[in-house]
Amino acid sequence: MHQLWLKRSLLLSLAAIVTAVACGTSSTPSAGSVNVMATWTGAEQASFMAVMKPFTDQTGITINYEASRDQDALLTTRVAAGNPPDLAAAPSPSLLTTFAKSGKVKALNTIVDMTALQAQYSPGWITLGEPLADGKLYQVYSWVSLKGLIWYDPKNFQAKGYNVPNSWDALLNLQQTIKSSGTTPWCIGLESGAASGWPGSDWVKEIVLSQSGPTVYDAWWQGKQKWSSPEIKLAWTTWGQILGSNDSNVYGGAKNMSATNFGDAGTPMFQNPPKCYMHNQASFITSFFQSANASLQPGTDFNFFGLPDITSQYAGAHVVAGDAWSMFNDTPQAEKMMKYLTTADAQAIWVKRGGKISPNSQVPLADYPDALSKSTAQILVATKIAKYDAGDQMPSDMRNAYWSAVLQFAQNQNNLNSILANLDAIQAKAYTS
Amino acid sequence: MTIAVASPTSSTTARFSPRWLSDRLGGFVLHVVVIGLTVAWMVPTIGLLITSFRLPADISNSGWWTALSPPFKFTFDNYSQMLSASNLGQSLFNSFMISIPATVIPVALAAFAAYAFAWMKFPGRDWIFLALVGLLAVPLQLTFIPVTTELVKLGLTPEKLTAAGLPPFIPLWLAHAGYGLPFSIYLLSNFFRALPSDLFESAEIDGAGTLTVFFRIVLPLSVPAIASLVIFQFLWVWNDLLVALIYVGGVASVAPVTVTLVNLVGSYGQNYQLLTAAAFFSMIVPLVVFLSLQRYFVRGILAGSVKG
Amino acid sequence: MDFNVLLTDLPTLVVVIIGVPLVLAAYIVGGEYLVRRLPDKARPAVRPWIWVAPALVLVAGFLVAPAIATLIQSTEDRHGVFIGFQNFATQLAGFPTGGAWIAIRNNLFWLIFYTLFVLAFGLLLAVLFDRVPYEKVVKSLIFMPMAISSVALVVIWKFMYAYQPPGQPQTGTLNFIFNTVFHQDPRTWIQDETPLLGLFPLNDMALIGTAVWGIVGFSLVILSAALKGIPGDLLEAARVDGAGEITIFRRVIFPLMMPTVVVVGTTLVIFALKAFDVVYAMTNGNYHTDVLANRMYQLLYNSNDFGGASAVAVILLLTVIPVLIFNLRQFRAVEARR
Repeated sequence: MHQLWLKRSLLLSLAAIVTAVACGTSSTPSAGSVNVMATWTGAEQASFMAVMKPFTDQTGITINYEASRDQDALLTTRVAAGNPPDLAAAPSPSLLTTFAKSGKVKALNTIVDMTALQAQYSPGWITLGEPLADGKLYQVYSWVSLKGLIWYDPKNFQAKGYNVPNSWDALLNLQQTIKSSGTTPWCIGLESGAASGWPGSDWVKEIVLSQSGPTVYDAWWQGKQKWSSPEIKLAWTTWGQILGSNDSNVYGGAKNMSATNFGDAGTPMFQNPPKCYMHNQASFITSFFQSANASLQPGTDFNFFGLPDITSQYAGAHVVAGDAWSMFNDTPQAEKMMKYLTTADAQAIWVKRGGKISPNSQVPLADYPDALSKSTAQILVATKIAKYDAGDQMPSDMRNAYWSAVLQFAQNQNNLNSILANLDAIQAKAYTS
Repeated sequence: MTIAVASPTSSTTARFSPRWLSDRLGGFVLHVVVIGLTVAWMVPTIGLLITSFRLPADISNSGWWTALSPPFKFTFDNYSQMLSASNLGQSLFNSFMISIPATVIPVALAAFAAYAFAWMKFPGRDWIFLALVGLLAVPLQLTFIPVTTELVKLGLTPEKLTAAGLPPFIPLWLAHAGYGLPFSIYLLSNFFRALPSDLFESAEIDGAGTLTVFFRIVLPLSVPAIASLVIFQFLWVWNDLLVALIYVGGVASVAPVTVTLVNLVGSYGQNYQLLTAAAFFSMIVPLVVFLSLQRYFVRGILAGSVKG
Repeated sequence: MDFNVLLTDLPTLVVVIIGVPLVLAAYIVGGEYLVRRLPDKARPAVRPWIWVAPALVLVAGFLVAPAIATLIQSTEDRHGVFIGFQNFATQLAGFPTGGAWIAIRNNLFWLIFYTLFVLAFGLLLAVLFDRVPYEKVVKSLIFMPMAISSVALVVIWKFMYAYQPPGQPQTGTLNFIFNTVFHQDPRTWIQDETPLLGLFPLNDMALIGTAVWGIVGFSLVILSAALKGIPGDLLEAARVDGAGEITIFRRVIFPLMMPTVVVVGTTLVIFALKAFDVVYAMTNGNYHTDVLANRMYQLLYNSNDFGGASAVAVILLLTVIPVLIFNLRQFRAVEARR
C-alpha cells in the first residue's frame, strides 16, 4: 500500500516536471506563422531564408516553408481539398491565374501599399498581376529575370576576330562565318525531364516579340492568334534559319539537341577547340558554366549580348519572367509577409546574393554583385518593350504542347505545318475553362 | 537416402551431393552464370557509387569508368554537402515515424484479413477478394483530391493534429495502409491458402481457438511471406515522396528524408550530383531492413501446397 | 547534422513503435473475445467480419470511394455537368495515333516486356540462386535497386543512357560500351524511336529497361520465398527417381509455385499498366513514349480536365479485367483442389 502510494506520487511529480519543462521551453508567446509554398530548393532555398530572416527576427512570425518541383500537382490538390498554403510563389503565373479565375486567391489591392507599388514598379509589372483585367491585383512579382541573353566566350570571339552582332542580319552573317570556318555556331540543349523543349520555346517567343511586336505577341499567348498564322509561322521558320537546315548550325545536330540537358548545353563553348560559339539562355546558366568548369570567370571567360532586334519597329523588345506571389488565406501574418516581399529592402537581399533581379526601382544598381548581373539589370530597366514569358502565361496544357512542338520541330523542321495544326487544335480547347 | 539435416543456414550442399554436381557440370557453369549476371546487374549501381565521389565538372565531362584509372580525382564533397543539408536529422526521424507504423499497420491488418479470406467462409468473400485485386489498378493520383478533401472536412490536417498533441503523421499512416492493403492481402492470402488444411483440422480437434491458430500456426509458418511483405511495404513507404507531400506536406518539421534529399537540387537542377550521394544515403535503412530479415527466407518447416 | 532532434523526439518514436502494434493486437484479441461471447451458431457468421473489417474500412475510404468518384467524374465535364461517354470519345478519338492510343500502345509494350522479363528473370534467378552457397549475398545485390528511390533510379539511368555526339568521348555507360566494344555510333536511347525488329521503339524499350532493373528484386524475393516453401524431400524424391533438373523444374517446382507466380505476374501486369515515374521524369511522354498514367496526370494537373483524366483511369481499370478473370479461375482451381 505504502509502495503503491509512493509510486503514484513519484509518477505524478515526474509528470508535473515533464509538463513544466515542456511548457517552459515554449515560453515566448507565438506571434503566429505563415504557410508558404514555392519551388525554391537547394541554394535558392537558402537565399529565400536569408530574405525572410529580418522579417522573422523583427515580427517573431514563423515561416513554415515547403518547396517542391511538383508544385503544380501539390498546389492543385491542396486548393481543391480546401487546405491551401497562405502564400505561394510560382515561377509561372498560369496556375495562379487559374486560381484567380476560380476565386481561390485574394485580391491584394487593400493589402499591399498600392501607392508605393505604383511608384516603385514599372506599370507593366503591376498590370501583369491583374490577369482578370478587373483592376484587382492577384499576383505580385518579387524577383524577375531577363531572357534572350546570348552567351559567348569573349576569348573565342577575339581569337577569330568576331564582333558582337548588333543587328539580326549581323547575327545571321556571324553565324554563316562561323559555319564556313568549320564549326557549328550554336549550342542548344532541349532536354529537361518533364519540361523538355522549353529552351527552344524561349527562342521562338523571343523571335515572335522582336519580329511581330507586342500586339501579336499578346494575342498569341492569349489564344486569340493561331499558331498557323503567318506571323507565328514566320517566327518558327526564322528559328529554323538559326538552326540551319537539318539542324546543321547546332553542335551535334538534332540528336544532341534532344539528348542534352539544358544545363550542360553551353559547356562545349569552353572546350579547346570550342565546339560552338553562342548559347541562348537566361542568366541562371552561369552557375552551370562554373559548375562544369570551376576556373571560368564571368566577364573574361563568359559574357552575353542581348538577342539583336529583328525589326527596327520593335527595337529594344525583351522577354522577361519572374516569381509571382499569390495569397490564399488572408491572415494578419500573411498580409505582413506579402507587404514585406514588395519592399526594396527584402528584394535586395537576394539580389546581393546573386542570381535574381528586382523589379523594384528602389534597389540600387550597386547592389548587384558583378558586372554581368548589373548589365542584365540595366537592360531590364531600360527595355522599351518588356513582355512576360508567353509560355508561362498560356494554360498549362497549351504550354506543354508548345514544348513538345519544339522537340518535334527540332527533329524534323519539315513537319512544321502539321505541328502548327496540332497546336491550333489544342489551342481551340485549352482556353475554355 | 542419407542426407544431412537441412538446417536453415546451410543451403544447397545438403540437397545436392557433390557427385551430382560434377555429373552435371552444373557447378562451375552455375557459378559463372550467377556471378556474371549479378555483376552485370550491379554495373549501374557501381557507376552511381563512383559518380558520387566525383566533382560535378568531372561528372559532366567524362564517364565514371575513367575515374578508375589515374589520375584519381575522388572527393567527399558530395557526401559532406548532402550530410550538412539543413533538417536532415529531423527528416530522418520523420521518415522512421512515418515508415514504421505505415508498415506495421497494413501488414497486420492484411494478415487478419488474409486469414479470413483464406480460411473462413462468409458471404461475398470471393467477390470482395476479387475487387481488392482490382483495386491494385487504381492510380493513386486520382485519390488525392477526394481523400484530402474529406480529411480536411474531418479536421485531420497536420496542423490540427499537432495542436491536439497527436502525431501529424496519422493521415499518412492510414493512407499508406489503405494504398498498401490490396497487394498485402493479395500476397498473404496466397501464402495462407497454401497451408495444408489438415493442420487446421488437427488444431480444431485439439480445441485451439481462432487466435491460437492464427498466432501459433499460421503466422510462424508464413514467416517468409510476411518478411517479404514487411520489406516491400517498408521500402515503398521509406522511398515515397509524393504521398507524403500530399498528406502531410513538405514543411521542415514533418518532411521525410526523401523530401529533404530531393530538395538538395535547385529548381533548375543545379547541384544534381548531390542526388548521387543522397541515393546511397537513403538506401542504407531499407538495405539494413532487408538484410536483417534475410534469415527468415529459409526453407520453412512446412509451408507449401503439399497436396499438389 | 542535428542529432539533438533525434534524442528529444525519441520517446515519441518509442511510444509509436510500441503503441501501434499494441492497438492492433488489442483490436483482434478484443474482437475475438466479443465473438466468443456470442452463441456458438452466430460465431462463424460474425467472426470473419471482425477480421476483415479494419482492412475493408481503410480500403473503402482510400481507394473505393475515390474510384467511384472517378467513375462518376468520367461522365462529367469540367463543370460537373453530365455528358455521358463524351470524355471517353475524346480520349479514344483519332485511332491509331490520336487521343490516348499512343499511350495504349505503349502500355501494351510495357505489359508484354516488363511483365514477362521481370517474371522470367526473377524465376530464373530464384532457382539459380537457390543452388549457390552465397545465395544471401547475390540476392541482396540484385535486391539493391529496389531500395533506390524512383528519383535516384532516374538519375542512374540518365547517366547510363547519356549521349555525346559521335567522335566525342562518351559519358554514358551504354554508349561507351556500344562505341568501344561494338564500334557502333552512340545512340540517344531515350529519344530514339527506331523500331527494334521493326516493331518496338528503342526509347520505349529503354524506359522499360530502367523500370525492369528496379523491380526484378521484387519478383526475385517473392518467388524465392515460394521456392523455399517447397519441401526438400519432394525434390529429393524426384531426383532419386532419376528426373533431370529441367524436368523437375517443369513438373515439380513450377506447378507448386504457380499460385505465387500468378500473384507476382498479376501485380507486375498492374504495375505495367500504372507505369508513371520513369516515363514522367525521363520524357514526360514525348517522343511517343506516353503511357496512360502519365497522360492522366497531365490531364489532371495541367489541363484541369478532371473528366478526361477520369476517363483515362477508367480505361486503365477496364484493361485490368482480363487479369481479374484469370485470377478468379486460378483461385477457383486452388479451392477445388482443397
